[in-house]
Amino acid sequence: MPNLKFCKMKIIKAPYKSWGGIHPRYHKDLAADRALREMPLPELLQISMSQHLGAPAKPVVKKGDSVMQGTLIGEAAGFISANVHSPVSGVVKDVVPAITLTGAMIDSVVIEPDGEDKRVNDLAPLADWQAVAKKDLIARVAAAGVAGMGGAGFPTHVKLSPPPDKTIDTLIINGAECEPYLTADYRLMLESPERVWLGVSILRHILGAKTVRIAIEDNKPEAIRAMEQAMRNADGDVAIVELATEYPQGAEKQQIFAITGREVPSGGLPMDVGAVVENVGTAAAVFDAVFEGMPLIRRITTVTGLPLNAPGNIIAPLGTSYRALIEACGGCADTVKLISGGPMMGIAQAIDTVTTTKTTSGLLALGAPDVSLYESMPCISCGRCVDACPMNLVPSELSQYLEAEDYEGAEELHVMDCIECGCCAFSCPAHRPLVQHMRQGKARVMLKRKKK
Amino acid sequence: MDMLQFILITSGAIALVGVVCGTALAVAARFFAVHEDPRIEKVAEILPGANCGGCGLAGCTEYARAIVVDGAAINLCAPGGNEVIEQIAAFLGREATAAKKMVALVLCGGNDTQAQKRHAYNGVADCTAAQAVNGGDKACTYGCLGYGSCSRICPVAAIEICDGLAKVHPELCISCGACVKVCPRNIIKMVPADAPVHVLCSSHDKGPVVKKMCKVGCIGCTLCTKQVENQAITMDRFLAVVDYSKETPGKAAAEKCPVNCIIAADDSSSDAQPEVLQNENN
Repeated sequence: MPNLKFCKMKIIKAPYKSWGGIHPRYHKDLAADRALREMPLPELLQISMSQHLGAPAKPVVKKGDSVMQGTLIGEAAGFISANVHSPVSGVVKDVVPAITLTGAMIDSVVIEPDGEDKRVNDLAPLADWQAVAKKDLIARVAAAGVAGMGGAGFPTHVKLSPPPDKTIDTLIINGAECEPYLTADYRLMLESPERVWLGVSILRHILGAKTVRIAIEDNKPEAIRAMEQAMRNADGDVAIVELATEYPQGAEKQQIFAITGREVPSGGLPMDVGAVVENVGTAAAVFDAVFEGMPLIRRITTVTGLPLNAPGNIIAPLGTSYRALIEACGGCADTVKLISGGPMMGIAQAIDTVTTTKTTSGLLALGAPDVSLYESMPCISCGRCVDACPMNLVPSELSQYLEAEDYEGAEELHVMDCIECGCCAFSCPAHRPLVQHMRQGKARVMLKRKKK
Repeated sequence: MDMLQFILITSGAIALVGVVCGTALAVAARFFAVHEDPRIEKVAEILPGANCGGCGLAGCTEYARAIVVDGAAINLCAPGGNEVIEQIAAFLGREATAAKKMVALVLCGGNDTQAQKRHAYNGVADCTAAQAVNGGDKACTYGCLGYGSCSRICPVAAIEICDGLAKVHPELCISCGACVKVCPRNIIKMVPADAPVHVLCSSHDKGPVVKKMCKVGCIGCTLCTKQVENQAITMDRFLAVVDYSKETPGKAAAEKCPVNCIIAADDSSSDAQPEVLQNENN
């Protein structure tokens, strides 16, 4: 008879407290109880070739081609890049540059769905994945175009291939979802925890990590219970970590510190301290790629905000326009600001014809009472941003360097370590555009380093 | 030991140290000397000393070195103009080939009253920063953002922002090219100072799209190209482009333009000048 006490999943509190952080109002109640649902197929899908961090994929289809669900339409251009597949069967209407969520013009494949959803079986399911060589599993993840689904969209196969001198002993699965309003990861953990857990098992097998930690904020007890249930037969050093509810607990470096007490060195990567962090959505995508041979062609997007008539968690094919998503949620007449992502790190959108990518975790509509136009004032040296910065930087001083366009001075003050979480700007009583200063400073320093 | 002896020994020792060090320095100066062409210094003196970087080198001394040692062209110094070229030519005994005076020009005419904005922008007042927020607040994705990155980098304050549009004052421009490099939309170009006609638009969008966003945007009607015979104005993806290497016609093309985005040179200066005077009077 199995020892019940041993089998019960371990749930631990986060042993360390990461620096800084803020407590914004979460507004998760708007969409938290809305079950995942598929939306009606849009008339046109416009799939950007820049679905991920790194080089945009190279389109491999042309106007007039007919494609099936899962047909490769964009080929990874380089190592840090990812394949893009057609989410539906249909006809390629055009391959044109189109505006993406960052405002850049990137090649996009426009597909008119035929509604039949015929699937191409290029990738055979690998049900017996334990017997498959790690190299082939990584190749499968790359072929399926899996990219980090937490927001940055770092190609997953790159994270799974650490250089030989780095040993990975800890795999952290990020289900914190600290960004206000968003509930996509929460619904995923609640509704298909088995998929997440099997994906985690594959990731663990590939990386050979001894320790596995599932990190969930303690404001999501249902998700913790669901994951606990799915992981009841797990063996080895596996545990769920209950993180204190605080923004940005979902940030990679803060999470590693809260769980292991290891600090990622300045300019370094999590693998420098023997850890890899993957989002729960990425784990589910890895499961789909390996068990079902299904490339990453759809994702859960939380469409939320007070002006929306029916907020929800929508399973949308890649390339769905924001307008179609909003219509699927009952429309919103009084929106004054549309944000792709959450309110802290999302990007405000000027037009609603922009389409979803592998990283679109949310679409947030804000009405007039939710937003305000502030005038930025000089720094009053109150130090609130210094207390709030989770990276231990001094945003007040940095922003003054950057305002004076002294990029070398800013580099000395470690502007490159900024994770652009927005805690400083959130806490600034003078309403200074601190994050924007940091972003610009980082871009300039990168440009300077590239020139050298 | 009496006092005198003590002073003599001390000063003797110091003198000895001095002689030894002096000899060492003299020997080092003789054997380790770096020979530098004295002409470099002279050429650097002739150059204006603005260190603007317009020649593509790190400063006037570097350019002087490039001229003397590497035989670089002597007409690259835009601020110096023909006077400097002649002086260097006379000093080095090279042939003086006058460079065409170039000035920067912002290829956009859509100011706040003529061009639409597509969203409110309340962030850092800098073009690169504005461009990074969803591609800028101007409805036209090609036009001048008007947050003055060019004006701030200009070493001689030749760029003014009038009504949300950057304007270069050609008589002040030293053609160093700093603004061309900093503009995130790449719409500042170096053009010959004496070119009679310019197309003040960079939009490759189709006519109806442009029309919605800007009153003075090129709609790609091709009327101007028909006014010239030597293909000095050609169409490039719905945008009229002046080929400055060819002789460009005077006012005919400008007068024909239905949206007034083509200007004859006289207009551009008279257009900008009164605004400056107004500002100074205020």
